[in-house]
Amino acid sequence: MICACAWSAPSSTSIFSNKTTPAHELNDLSMFVLGITGLIYVGVSSLLVYAIVKFRARKGDTTEPPQVFGSMQIELSWTIIPILIIVVLFLTTARVLFSVQDAQKPAYALDVIVVGHQFWWEFRYPQYNVVTANELHLPLSSKDAPRPAFMKLTSADVMHSFWVPQLDGKTDVLPNRVNEMWIDPHETGLYVGQCAQFCGAEHAKMLLRVYVDTPEQFKQWIANQQRMQAELTAVPVGPQGSAAQTAPNAGNQGGLVRTATSKVPPNSPPTHGNVTPNTGEAQEISAQAGQYVFEHEACISCHTVAGTVATGRYGPDLTHLMSRDTIASGAVPNTKEKLLAWIGDPNQLKPGSLMPAMHLSDRQNEQITAYLMTLK
Amino acid sequence: MGTESMPAPQGIETAVDRTAVVSRPGTYLELIHSWIVTVDHKRLGILYICYALVFLLVAGTEALLIRIQLFYPHNDFVSPFTFNRLFTMHGTTMVFLVGMPILFGFGNYLVPLMIGARDMAFPRLNAFSFWISAFAGLLLYYSFIGGVGLYGTGSAPDVAWFAYAPLTERPFSPGHSTDYWAVAILANGIGSIGTAINILATFFCMRCKGMTLSRIPLLPWLYATMSFLVLVAVSPLTAAQAMLLIDRYLGGHFFDTQMGGSAILWAHFFWIFGHPEVYVLVLPAFAFANEIIPVFSRKAIFGYPAMVAASVGIGFISLGVWAHHMFTIGMTSFGNAFFTLSTMLVSIPTGIKTFNWLATLWGGKIRFATPMLFSIAFLFQWVIAGLTGIMLSVSAWNWQLHNSYFVVAHFHYVLVGAIVFMIFAAIYYWYPKMTGRMLDDRLGKWHFWLMVIGFHVTFDVMHFPGLLGMPRQIFTYEPDRGWTLLNQIVSVGGFIQGIAVLIFVYNMVHSYFRGVEAGPDPWDAWTLEWSTTSPPPAYNFVVDPVVASRRPLWDLKHPEDPDSAFE
Repeated sequence: MICACAWSAPSSTSIFSNKTTPAHELNDLSMFVLGITGLIYVGVSSLLVYAIVKFRARKGDTTEPPQVFGSMQIELSWTIIPILIIVVLFLTTARVLFSVQDAQKPAYALDVIVVGHQFWWEFRYPQYNVVTANELHLPLSSKDAPRPAFMKLTSADVMHSFWVPQLDGKTDVLPNRVNEMWIDPHETGLYVGQCAQFCGAEHAKMLLRVYVDTPEQFKQWIANQQRMQAELTAVPVGPQGSAAQTAPNAGNQGGLVRTATSKVPPNSPPTHGNVTPNTGEAQEISAQAGQYVFEHEACISCHTVAGTVATGRYGPDLTHLMSRDTIASGAVPNTKEKLLAWIGDPNQLKPGSLMPAMHLSDRQNEQITAYLMTLK
Repeated sequence: MGTESMPAPQGIETAVDRTAVVSRPGTYLELIHSWIVTVDHKRLGILYICYALVFLLVAGTEALLIRIQLFYPHNDFVSPFTFNRLFTMHGTTMVFLVGMPILFGFGNYLVPLMIGARDMAFPRLNAFSFWISAFAGLLLYYSFIGGVGLYGTGSAPDVAWFAYAPLTERPFSPGHSTDYWAVAILANGIGSIGTAINILATFFCMRCKGMTLSRIPLLPWLYATMSFLVLVAVSPLTAAQAMLLIDRYLGGHFFDTQMGGSAILWAHFFWIFGHPEVYVLVLPAFAFANEIIPVFSRKAIFGYPAMVAASVGIGFISLGVWAHHMFTIGMTSFGNAFFTLSTMLVSIPTGIKTFNWLATLWGGKIRFATPMLFSIAFLFQWVIAGLTGIMLSVSAWNWQLHNSYFVVAHFHYVLVGAIVFMIFAAIYYWYPKMTGRMLDDRLGKWHFWLMVIGFHVTFDVMHFPGLLGMPRQIFTYEPDRGWTLLNQIVSVGGFIQGIAVLIFVYNMVHSYFRGVEAGPDPWDAWTLEWSTTSPPPAYNFVVDPVVASRRPLWDLKHPEDPDSAFE
């Protein structure tokens, strides 16, 4: 058992390869418990083996052994010794339990809000006004510059569970309730985990990625997440393509801007049209055209791109989509091909995903992809 | 009741009836009819066992399909929807349609015989309980074709066997599969509660002359404890199913978190059933061990009073440990500490039982017949299952282990390594009594060794993906996590167990027609069921037996050294 633990330690999701204070305390406790239970196992099973070998019936012996009915002293001994073992185990557990679960939150802690969704993760940094999805960034918490992350976890739909084994044990993520946990990563790097509470069809692909950055990198990452939002909000009319962007938007606010000639398949949802009223420009595969499709399809009822009209909250925030390494909650790498495939039919990549296939034309999918590729 | 005044050995002799049952050969229709309308506890017991064995094969097949799917990362042997149905049905079936019925079957068959009664206290309730349970099983499986779900025309429940709310609420489970699940569990619960009442009444009211509480064999004692647990634990589950159905159809909000309901409430309801349920299943396994180990060690059970006290103690303590399934759900540190302690306390009476079995072996003359082989394997496996249980009770460590494959391995160690192994032992041990023929010993040895090898390949290895961070109930996994090889070994082990079970089924059928005649007492055993013919007549005993000790047949066989002299 112990050997197996030692062997398993290098794995990226091993519970014995701990990188935070709570995970470390859990690991020490687990070694202690493994030691005690291992000793009990060796003792009891050797006695069993001895009894079975020693007291086996010999060939030809048909007599009955002496009948023994019991002994109060012996019964007491194997009642009291286990009680003592349990007292030790319980006190050790209680010490770790209270020190981890009831740790006080220091003033310099980082606040993170984790929201579980079917089947992806939303992460919010209320101190920085940053929202992201599926890939959590945390700063390194060293002895000199401690920066533990205190996380509040809740769910938008059903029960989930946040589990990154190298960082801590799991904490369930429940709707209509807020749970708490804290981690203080001691090493930079990428830590992976996944949802640990069955939550529906794609429970298996509700993966978690936690990036532990150096404080500088983290600061930069936060700044990037904030800066982009500010820029988009601050510049309503961009230097290039602004006409194509704003004109339809403005028109749309006024009511219906739809061209009469629809070039999409007849059984598609009704809100199809050319990308812009200006024929010709709509056919090109550009970010501007993509943004137009994005904002005139159902995309924006679920997705947010901060600074634009897209303010949906049902799906992941896409403001900085291209700053993430993966899409679909870690299911596939964030490449142009995968994005295209995902937009075309999410259920091909992740059957049971709640994002529906929008039945757009290939051109429109490519246009949206081109737009999403600009969301750095 | 007086203890010393009973003329025991004579009473037993007159109860011994070795005349063959004479009956006119009937038509098949008559045969089937007689089994359907029967209220005989033995026939109902056999019905329960056969019903459960059929579902054992079904749920075992589901397990093998699961293992095929997990053989490779990103395998697409089945879709995620099918996979979720498979493990939900596997778990639900194994617990409600295999474990409980087969153990109730043995209880039905053995408890009246062992306490010298002619039937259960309420024979008609007994028949009702069986048939409503059978109906529940069929209803659950009808969902494969009748439960129109969201994806496709047929849909079985896919919300996991513990069906955590609010996944079971209408917005997340819009089809009818969850309704089939809830109604089937509800109906099954009515059957279980009926049988539990019946066993308790039989235990307290139907004992033969001379059978004081301290002379009842351990098996009826454990069955009484188990029935008490069923009464206390299944009722909340039934209530929870009613609440779930109210939520789904009458606009209730018990578990509807979007309307202020509580997901934790369901978890409490489920586990206040779910944990005692583990003991409902394991106490009969202990009961079988308590009968089989002494007979094949040729010694009386060591520490009978301690065994009774430990069993009843487990019954009570197990009612206070349920929230150890919920260490990660966000209880306070005090709550976590409480359930850590209460869970650890269960290991004390459990330890007492284990040591008493060891002491029973000690100084005996152990015969390695197939039932004993399974019992010895059970002892070793039970020790490991108990120790991983202690690891899981350490709440802080449980935060890591919970809902991982470590837990899956742990409870399969309990359910297969302890309970299924003891069920096999019990079938090898009592099959001669039920059918009049011995099971084939050579096939039995094949079954045993393949089962032991398959079991350990599967479930020893299964702990490690859990330690490496593999959560349960995932239809596929990432190739870079180091779980692939482990999962492949586990799958191979699963198929070895499958072959072992097929050999066992063949043995059952083969021996029914070709087996060696057993005679009334093939194992040279000591309890009352061996005093009558194999199979026993409908009335069990010609004359009501009278007993003077815990081992009436020992007294009969050893008049020079009767147990009754030591009481």
